[in-house]
Amino acid sequence: MANAKELKEVLSGPIVSNNPIALQVLGVCSALAVTSKLETALVMTIALTAVCAFSNLFISMLRNHIPSSVRIIVQMTIIASLVIVVDQVLQAYAYDVAKQLSVFVGLIITNCIVMGRAEAYAMKTPPMMSFMDGIGNGIGYGAILLSVGFVRELFGNGSLFGVEILSKVSDGGWYQPNGLLLLPPSAFFLIGTLIWIIRTIKPEQVEAKG
Amino acid sequence: MASNKDSFGRTLFVVVGLCFICSVFVSTAAVLLRPIQIENKLLDKQKYILEAAGLIDTKEAKVDKAEVLETYAKFVEAKLVDLKTGEWVEGDADSFDADKAARDLKNSFKPQNDVASVKRVANTAVVYVVNDEQGKPKTLILPIKGYGLWSTMYAFLAVEPDINTIKSLVYYSFTGSGETPGLGGEVQNPQWMAKWHGKKLYNEQGELAIKVTKLPAVAASVHGVDTLSGATLTGNGVQNSLDFWLGEEGFARFIEKVRKGGLS
Repeated sequence: MANAKELKEVLSGPIVSNNPIALQVLGVCSALAVTSKLETALVMTIALTAVCAFSNLFISMLRNHIPSSVRIIVQMTIIASLVIVVDQVLQAYAYDVAKQLSVFVGLIITNCIVMGRAEAYAMKTPPMMSFMDGIGNGIGYGAILLSVGFVRELFGNGSLFGVEILSKVSDGGWYQPNGLLLLPPSAFFLIGTLIWIIRTIKPEQVEAKG
Repeated sequence: MASNKDSFGRTLFVVVGLCFICSVFVSTAAVLLRPIQIENKLLDKQKYILEAAGLIDTKEAKVDKAEVLETYAKFVEAKLVDLKTGEWVEGDADSFDADKAARDLKNSFKPQNDVASVKRVANTAVVYVVNDEQGKPKTLILPIKGYGLWSTMYAFLAVEPDINTIKSLVYYSFTGSGETPGLGGEVQNPQWMAKWHGKKLYNEQGELAIKVTKLPAVAASVHGVDTLSGATLTGNGVQNSLDFWLGEEGFARFIEKVRKGGLS
């Protein structure tokens, strides 16, 4: 069993030093699409974390039995099953959010973070650590999603989690919302800025010039 | 391990076994959660009916579940209508599923002039009569559907008891992944939906005159609604849905009956 230090590294590493979105630039598609509101960003984070953690767990448990010739398909089968279950659970218990997330829950199947962790980590690590790695990467993904969602909802709609913070001109207040922030391209700028900030603080993340 | 994990038999065993376990897992989840999902769908539908009637605003924060059920039960009356005769028919209107009924070959027909690509239509249809506090009919809601660009779009058309003045057109559901977000998906944009309010379905001669149009002069008239830019096919789909469901094979007979005899 791994020691506490390694566990901490696996859990907290993906948040800044090895962030799946900021460093590996994976999973950007959904990060653009579901971050216009914090609520959807949060539910998406939970969904992805659950899928990533359990797919890592199951794949790791089976890692000595998965034939290498079909390993990607086996991984996909496990991930796809988990995603369908998560989608069903969301439709049952969070119908409104599930409707807003629409196809993006289903698209977790093709999310490179889940596949990437399964292939790069779970295939060669024991189950418990793989599970933790999945949670860590989910949190790393969520950290970016929530920061982007925070800025987009606050300045694009004047609210946080649907609760009004800045009163909008259209409702008789003083704040003129920035409509661009509600559109997907704004997430590009925000994620780019985040990556810039992280790489300024941690210059070792900058790719070597070829 | 007895044999090599990469051998043919072993590979087959793992793959088949995994597929079996995964399918059991997925179908168990689907079956167990189904009742709750159906309840959600029904609640969602009732919510949109109330929105079409102008009784609640779903764009405002959270809509309370109990409030939806209560308001619906108080003001909304679901009734079944025979499309061929236009008469009311007896039956359980609340659990009536138009798509399911349309698959029943004995009790449905294939439209001759299927402009909205609805394929089959059930002989009976459900309409929603929304009453005011005194129990007098205030709004009639007709469910319509039709093919847009990618999907069949479901909407509630709410009209005043004269069945001419539009109160609202609320798109509430799409098959598959729906229309293109930002283009055709804008049928759900409140600003576009607001354009329908107060428009008239029929002209003085009693002909269906409502038009989704790109011509500003027509859009400004009482029969015109400005189409969505970049969504020509979705706009056509909206037009076709209205043409079909207000036409001879849709609610035309029923509307005629109501004009003569009222909504009760």
